[in-house]
Amino acid sequence: MKILVCISNVPDTTSKINFADGGTKFDTTGVQFVINPNDEFGLTRAMWFKEKQGASVHVATVGDASVEPTIRKALAIGADEAIRINSVPKDGFFVAQQLAEIVKSGGYDLVIAGRESIDYNGGMVPGMLATLLDMNYVNTCISLEVAGNKATAIREIDGGKEKIETTLPLVIGGQKGLVAESDLRIPNMRGIMMARQKQLKVVEPINVQTVTNDVKFDKPAAKGAVQLVTTVEELIELLHNEAKVI
Amino acid sequence: MSVLVYTESENGKFKKSAFEVASYAFEVAYQMGTTVTAISFNANENDALGAYGVAKVLNVTNDKLKTFNAKAYAQAIVEAVKKESAKVIVVSSSTDTKFLAPIVAARLSAGYVPNVVAAPESVSPFMVKRTAFSNKGFAHTQIDSDLKLIGVSNNSFGVKENKVATATEAFSPTLGEGDFSALSVEVDKVVGKATIADADIVVSGGRGLKGPENWGMVEELAEILGAATACSKPVSDLGWRPHGEHVGQTGKPVASNLYIAIGISGAIQHLAGVSASKTKVVINSDPEAPFFKAADYGIVGDAFEIVPKLIEKLKDFKAKNA
Repeated sequence: MKILVCISNVPDTTSKINFADGGTKFDTTGVQFVINPNDEFGLTRAMWFKEKQGASVHVATVGDASVEPTIRKALAIGADEAIRINSVPKDGFFVAQQLAEIVKSGGYDLVIAGRESIDYNGGMVPGMLATLLDMNYVNTCISLEVAGNKATAIREIDGGKEKIETTLPLVIGGQKGLVAESDLRIPNMRGIMMARQKQLKVVEPINVQTVTNDVKFDKPAAKGAVQLVTTVEELIELLHNEAKVI
Repeated sequence: MSVLVYTESENGKFKKSAFEVASYAFEVAYQMGTTVTAISFNANENDALGAYGVAKVLNVTNDKLKTFNAKAYAQAIVEAVKKESAKVIVVSSSTDTKFLAPIVAARLSAGYVPNVVAAPESVSPFMVKRTAFSNKGFAHTQIDSDLKLIGVSNNSFGVKENKVATATEAFSPTLGEGDFSALSVEVDKVVGKATIADADIVVSGGRGLKGPENWGMVEELAEILGAATACSKPVSDLGWRPHGEHVGQTGKPVASNLYIAIGISGAIQHLAGVSASKTKVVINSDPEAPFFKAADYGIVGDAFEIVPKLIEKLKDFKAKNA
């Protein structure tokens, strides 16, 4: 089985978010970038397929040279080969079309992407990719088993979960649950050394029209001070008469 | 030309979010000088959508679509878009909708913007405001494609009445075997209980509750309020509560009217995930807990004393205001 894990390079979850150039772009000053958490769960599940079922695992990302440390980390965790599509990711549809080219030429059976990236939160790349390639697709995937050509996935739904049976080739939008938080791997020295020997292929993007454009960003208005109360009666009174939520 | 809205239902009954997206679609149609057509699947009482500005309902009745199927539903929506020559498609932000919307967008080469929190700032050019960076910021996004797909954030625009005359017609999209190539074989879902996605009130517990055995009072409080229960990331990582209850940046987002955080200190990731809630209450013994900076109301004190008292007084309150 040939697996492609799609990786997004995102600000660490603890990052404070600011905007630069008159609010027209994300201010990366002092921001630590990481593998998108939803993608990291998928990458870790891919490593399981590699170790237990002999799958080969490639990773791909759309980004300029500044994303290489993140993709090197994926190699240090154990991916066999990395592909970087040399362009700033312009929007979700743009990214999906770039990745579709990689999947087409690479002949992958399984594509694992994250349910959404924690920066732009589009949540559209896996579904678009599956549609462009006419592959099966399961989103918010929290469990995945593959036996031969058959795949059994569990996806999270509002208020529960659903088991889905389908076949390869398949694209999933993964998230926590694909593996447990405690299964995530920190690259060791050997992994980091080996990653340096692995191939990081840089390919040029195909020409694609962007359909959406973030013109301006701003931050939520500053919040007023908390109103502290000492009794539950006061709280109920405020929730009923002031906030009008009960 | 029209605006097409996908109105979700469950067991034949429209979800509250269906009325919110219909209200949003009406606002878009009003700005564009056109009308709203809805598509519904196996829904009863389709005329109810008329109260929210829907002039026409395409109702799909098909036993194969009783259980949600992203690809088949997407195909039906694509067909409805073509039939109606719709230029704008409005959908919700439910888990099911976020599953199917990218399929619709890719098939139609439509610019898709999810997590939209307000009426379009303009329709020419088409500009919407959406959350980004997991609620730590907003983006004002221009959609340049001919067809536009908008995902409205739950509980952001609100349900607005705009009564119009409405007509329902049967709609039978052409579905092939390929549309059912991923099949639901088992659904495990809590019935009769509010979900984090739909609930007006969410009651959430953190590590301050010391152990899973202490969740009884959280559940009781939620039951009195008709609320959904949720938890912080450490609590789900420790296995005290199911993963589906984890709210925050890497868990589920919360956009309820009221969010009550009990024994949750308020890590930046958690606060981001719940920031769309309109009113936030924190109960925590540590007055320095970061959540106090993000909350509207707070009580500093021991949850094990405060929550039982709150339950008791809320019972009295509910009895009086029933």
